[in-house]
Amino acid sequence: MNTEAVVSIRNLNKSFGDNHVLRGIDLDVQRGEVVCIIGPSGSGKSTLLRCVNMLETPTDGTVVVLGTDLTDLDSDLDAARTKIGMVFQSFNLFSHMSVLDNVCVAQRKVLKRSKDEAEKIALQLLQRVGLSEKATAYPAQLSGGQQQRVAIARALAMNPQVMLFDEATSALDPELVGEVLNVMRGLAEEGMTMLVVTHEMGFAANVASRVVFMDGGVIVEQGPPAQIINSPQEERTKAFLSSVQQH
Amino acid sequence: MAISKRKRAQYIRFGVYALSVALVVAVVLLVDWSRLQGAMFRWDLVKKQFPGLITTAARNTIIFTILGFAGGLALGLFLALLRLSRARAYRWFAATYIEIFRGIPLVVTLLILGFGIPIAFKWQWPNPYLRGAVPLALVAAAYMAETIRAGIQAVPKGQMEAARSLGMSYSRAMATVIIPQAMRIIIPPLTNEFVLLIKDTSLISILGVTEGTIDLARYGRNGVFDSANSTPLIVAGLAYLVMTLPLTQLVAHMERRQKASGR
Repeated sequence: MNTEAVVSIRNLNKSFGDNHVLRGIDLDVQRGEVVCIIGPSGSGKSTLLRCVNMLETPTDGTVVVLGTDLTDLDSDLDAARTKIGMVFQSFNLFSHMSVLDNVCVAQRKVLKRSKDEAEKIALQLLQRVGLSEKATAYPAQLSGGQQQRVAIARALAMNPQVMLFDEATSALDPELVGEVLNVMRGLAEEGMTMLVVTHEMGFAANVASRVVFMDGGVIVEQGPPAQIINSPQEERTKAFLSSVQQH
Repeated sequence: MAISKRKRAQYIRFGVYALSVALVVAVVLLVDWSRLQGAMFRWDLVKKQFPGLITTAARNTIIFTILGFAGGLALGLFLALLRLSRARAYRWFAATYIEIFRGIPLVVTLLILGFGIPIAFKWQWPNPYLRGAVPLALVAAAYMAETIRAGIQAVPKGQMEAARSLGMSYSRAMATVIIPQAMRIIIPPLTNEFVLLIKDTSLISILGVTEGTIDLARYGRNGVFDSANSTPLIVAGLAYLVMTLPLTQLVAHMERRQKASGR
């Protein structure tokens, strides 16, 4: 069980019209691993992440999550998605619902939990992300960092086996990035399997068990963070890292 | 001496204003008010319109409007979902329906459907209200479908993605996440739709009326025939205003609030 692949991607290709965004990706994520995907914008890293829960339909290849091939039309995609939590760059909290309802609605409607049970779980998770006093607030009343922490709680309420973070801190004011990264770090320390698309090199260096560098729709280089970030082998990786570190 | 641009603009504004006031005054002075009052606003005839104006005519107008609106909203929502479907045939069907019903005058549609449906299905309207309200709803649905579609498309794409990522099916996500947010956006335009429907019910009487199903406009016209005076029509017109003005003011209020809250 220790080396069970939670996510297993083979020969993944994705095109938008003539734009060939992913060109044959192979990637495995083991249980408990924190894999950070870095790379220049347009390299396909967000598309790769969105293929893991089929928000984008791959043009070719297979995506196996927890033993289910999601590219198989016979697989139950909605059931599989409950086990794959996703956190978006733009938070995407349901703006017509309170914080508590945001965290409860899918528990109630999808997992069929009772109102009491869902609220109990929601309040525990809100406490964990430090927002229990905001349960009755609406998303528009929260800061970006608070909204993103609610979004993380909302995803965790489904008891996911793996969490996807799609540039979760990119839309935040700099002073709010830390509070979200801290929650993510806490999750990683508890052993959550995570696939993280990020521009935060510090997070990748300190938290990731593996760093994947993508460019032009392919995985250029991957390995332990110290190796990739401090002594990259490929020219493209070096060029990207030096451009990132200049500022 | 040359005058500055800003001064000139000021003079022009003043000139237009003065001209408008003069026009209003001229109309007021030129109209023969006592003659007009004799033909169109006789108090004894105003009083004669009540209580039938309220208990029958306004009541029927409201019944037709609510039936037409409820039916139109349900069918309009269905058409909007077809219009946004991934299946081309559904999109095409909805688009055709919408174009046809928006492109034909209501009078024509009312006559064709009011008399055509019973012929087509060898069937009689079980109820004179339905004979008027069903065609009205079918037309209203075409307009509402476009309003609802625009509202659904105005909800950010990320809302659907977040809902799907939590394991909700497409229809569940629509019902619990997208449509409630779309409704908030489209309540003002739908209220305008309601106002239009109130006025459109005045056409239903061309299908024929009975004593019980007479609407405001026909009530006013019948009053004109009975009294050889236009007062009943004026009263009917005022009765429409009593219904529509609060609604249009409500829309204006909601739009101001939406603007203030920035969404």
